[in-house]
Amino acid sequence: MTGGGQGATGGDRPEPDSEQGGTGDQWPEPDSEQESDEDVSLEDLMAGFRGTSGGATARFAAAQAAIIRDLVGQVIELIGADDPDEGSALPDDTAAREPGQRAGGLPTDGTVNAGDLAAMVGFAEDDAELPDDPVLARLLPDAYRDDPEASGEFRRYTEHGLRSGKAAAARTVLATLPPEGGRIRLSEPEGQAWLRALNDVRLALGTRLGVTDEFDDQVSDMAPEDPRAAYVGVYQWLAFLQETLVQALSR
Amino acid sequence: MSVAPAEVQRSDTEEQAVPDMPWVTIVWNDPINLMSYVTYVFQTVFGYAKPKAEKLMLDVHHKGRAVVSSGAREAMERDAETLHGYGLWATISHDS
Repeated sequence: MTGGGQGATGGDRPEPDSEQGGTGDQWPEPDSEQESDEDVSLEDLMAGFRGTSGGATARFAAAQAAIIRDLVGQVIELIGADDPDEGSALPDDTAAREPGQRAGGLPTDGTVNAGDLAAMVGFAEDDAELPDDPVLARLLPDAYRDDPEASGEFRRYTEHGLRSGKAAAARTVLATLPPEGGRIRLSEPEGQAWLRALNDVRLALGTRLGVTDEFDDQVSDMAPEDPRAAYVGVYQWLAFLQETLVQALSR
Repeated sequence: MSVAPAEVQRSDTEEQAVPDMPWVTIVWNDPINLMSYVTYVFQTVFGYAKPKAEKLMLDVHHKGRAVVSSGAREAMERDAETLHGYGLWATISHDS
């Protein structure tokens, strides 16, 4: 697993605007104005997380921060935790109806099209509530295979808390990652929230991209003009970032 | 698990044997979750030592699924809920 530097999508990424040199196909750009006590290099920005005594630290360029904040914000929107209807943990008609509609709806279809990616960029609120949305089905999966009734019962009592927990993790990312980027230092609980939020973003993005176990082959077969191509680099970079955060918190 | 013939179901002892069968939480393979992350989650959620967590992760990866915990149904539902919170694809079963 490597960082986001794969060249296939380089043309779609922000160009480095400095003299860091020889890495014009790398991404994203160094953020020189954030620098004070350390040398900022492209290597630093692509290093991901490293462990600290109390958690983890990483440096982000503004472009990197913008991407993470945008995707994390979309997950919050998708899971609908801000929806007033979600304010009650009590079962209601909506919750009772969802499991049946969701039966058998776990994501198995690897197809994706440009419309799906457009949806990834800006979820319509109505779409976000559809139980057959494969991303939502992946983030809030059935707990029982082949037993819609038991799954529905489980969902009725757990889904609100699950949505709230995912939203809280996502908000931790927004609260600890300034839009302008820079060096961030996370406590261990914050780092764990980051892990879960990054994972949810990757689940959403990966599901939209139709990622399978043969993802490397998928990528190499992907035409440059494929609308998914721009997201592949982001997906791979987020995987790298999550990997480094796991290592940082596992010390 | 198969459906027992009606004759057998009349037996009280047979019926009482069923609740003793433990429920299990199963984690299923998926192409998105990182192997290191899954291991980390097993350690964090269940307190498993890293070798056990890694073995379970590899079972998920190679065999497509692994039983990660067993016990009462309510406990398994809590485990599944927690694992869903971490983004793992977990289900509960009585007949693993």
